[in-house]
Amino acid sequence: MTNVTPANEPVVADAADRLASAAAEEGRRPPRGWRMLLPTMTPWLALGLVLVAVITLFGVVAPYLVGDPQTVRDQGLTPPSSQFLLGTTQTGQDVLAQLAFATRGSLQIGLLVGVLATVLSAFFGIYGAYRGGIVDEAFSLLSNVFLVIPGLPLVIVISGFVPRESRGLWTIAVVLALTSWAASARVLRAQTLSVRNRDYVAAAKVAGEKPWRVIVVEILPNLLPVLASQFVFAVIAAILGEAGLSFIGLGAANSSTLGTMLFYAQNGFALSLGAWWWFVPPGLMIALFGTGLSLINFSIDEIINPKLKNLRLHRKRARRAARLERELARSARRGVPADGGASDGADSRAPEVASR
Amino acid sequence: MSYFLRKLGFYVVALWAALTLNFAIPRLLPGNPVDILLAKLQQRGGSVTPETREAYALLLGGDDSQPLWNQYLSYLGNLFRGDLGVSVSYYPAKVSDVIMASLPWTVVLVGLSTVIAAVLGVLLGAFVGWRPGTWLDSLVPAGTLLAAVPYFWLALILAYLLARVLGWFPLQGGYDVVLDPGWNGEFILSAVQHGILPALTVVLASVGGWLLGMRNMMVSTLSEDYVLTAEAKGLSPLKILRSYASRNAVLPSVAGFAISLGFVVSGSVVTEQVFSYPGIGGRLLGAVTNNDYALMQGVFLFITLAVLGANLVVDLLYGLIDPRTRARS
Repeated sequence: MTNVTPANEPVVADAADRLASAAAEEGRRPPRGWRMLLPTMTPWLALGLVLVAVITLFGVVAPYLVGDPQTVRDQGLTPPSSQFLLGTTQTGQDVLAQLAFATRGSLQIGLLVGVLATVLSAFFGIYGAYRGGIVDEAFSLLSNVFLVIPGLPLVIVISGFVPRESRGLWTIAVVLALTSWAASARVLRAQTLSVRNRDYVAAAKVAGEKPWRVIVVEILPNLLPVLASQFVFAVIAAILGEAGLSFIGLGAANSSTLGTMLFYAQNGFALSLGAWWWFVPPGLMIALFGTGLSLINFSIDEIINPKLKNLRLHRKRARRAARLERELARSARRGVPADGGASDGADSRAPEVASR
Repeated sequence: MSYFLRKLGFYVVALWAALTLNFAIPRLLPGNPVDILLAKLQQRGGSVTPETREAYALLLGGDDSQPLWNQYLSYLGNLFRGDLGVSVSYYPAKVSDVIMASLPWTVVLVGLSTVIAAVLGVLLGAFVGWRPGTWLDSLVPAGTLLAAVPYFWLALILAYLLARVLGWFPLQGGYDVVLDPGWNGEFILSAVQHGILPALTVVLASVGGWLLGMRNMMVSTLSEDYVLTAEAKGLSPLKILRSYASRNAVLPSVAGFAISLGFVVSGSVVTEQVFSYPGIGGRLLGAVTNNDYALMQGVFLFITLAVLGANLVVDLLYGLIDPRTRARS
């Protein structure tokens, strides 16, 4: 997106204020401090957390429980059975064991790139916007240029030039991070620009605080939800990017990730041999992990943009009202007299609904 | 400075950055691409004269006789003359010819499916955001799942289900190889048949992102005062949806086209690999496996050019749609 950010883009700092005032209007105590930066628990968030937790646990623990993923047996391409829960590959390797190690590899690279990309985008986005002037212009131009240069082709070209033996985990991670920080840096810049001119930031500057302190103590806390959301997104993008890279045979040498599994499946003609148990699990793992992270991200988005939260609360109210109406209609049809229990209950609930 | 001039200026800078990156990458990274390339060339029966060596050295580095600055200028000069060198894997074809032959496949496939995905996603997103609480809401988690699925894996699954199990579409290639490429009905029919699966992959994988973005903007727009005013005036819901809400909500989606296009191009590179599609992505990967560095760089330049060009068009259109962008600059 190379256009100027729309003026109505929500700013996190405002969002917190608005949430607090909304809570105060309802007569509740506004949530204090850090609690306000935590997402509200919803079924979707819970599902996302469970998905991410289970897959992370699988990636961390399962490699110790399964056998050696490289063992070659003479039972090639057996469908899932009690001996091999996910069947075997063409050369008789246990797919479940491979999946366990591959999940660990993918999670590692996702985490690594997520951290690197977030640090890069924070530096270029926040520091540039804070300094302003020529630094800001230069950083902003740089991120805009990186934004329009297509990432994966660039990664492919870079990996193509690096000889296979020197293509390690870190090389791939750095290349992926270098091509994925730009979009987040732009968003951070817009947010920082709006926070930078707040009175308390000016006060801190006037008081002679050092720039790094103003950024870390005064500005950064306002941007935490945005950073968290970008980190989560960077992890998804990194896992997807690495999988794509490995799938075309350009991944890190000697690494085992979900992408390399798919690479071997494709090159072992799993598709034309109909060995679905070989190529379905790795992709499904990526998809489920990505979905889990996205669901978590939606909840973080609600902090950044409270209108989304209002929508959810509104919908909840609408559902409750509809249910109440149905109950009322049902009791009316049954001809329950006015002093009946049902109408009594409805009466006592109605003001509550109205007051919300 | 007017909005349009500024945008043009930005894209000139972006283009220059891409060209320079292309110049710098082979020089910054380890390995000696020129020697590998020339060895390949000799295997193919090409004669390696000092001139050929010099031409490749300009493109890929490794020539120490000239200062870097002169190399850079000659490199830019070669590019502007359209001289990208000779492809090793398709020797003796020129890189530009190889690219030109595969470009139409990708442009038609990726272009059409991106537009379909964008229109479909924006329309669905508008309705989901407009009427919260209907069954359409279930599209949101479905869209999330689709957005998190790796492109090429979706391609594998679709190929397995629709091509291998059901046999509706051909598994691989861009056309039936017994036919001669040309503008006749039989060939076009075969090309369309082969293109449906890759196109379906691109549409399915990218529609979720459009849907989510549009829905979120729609939700934000619907709580604006002017929508409330429109409702109070008693305008029909359809008119509010069309002229008040979705018009404003669609703006970030239009502007976001830039980012999404990069993703789509990236995704389609790998998708083409799955289907052995004769497009530009397949060429790029073929070039990588064959150490055909000249073709690799040429393809990267073309992809970048295409993405930059598409972005420029979208940006200029955006200036027309949203007067605020022009006013601000």
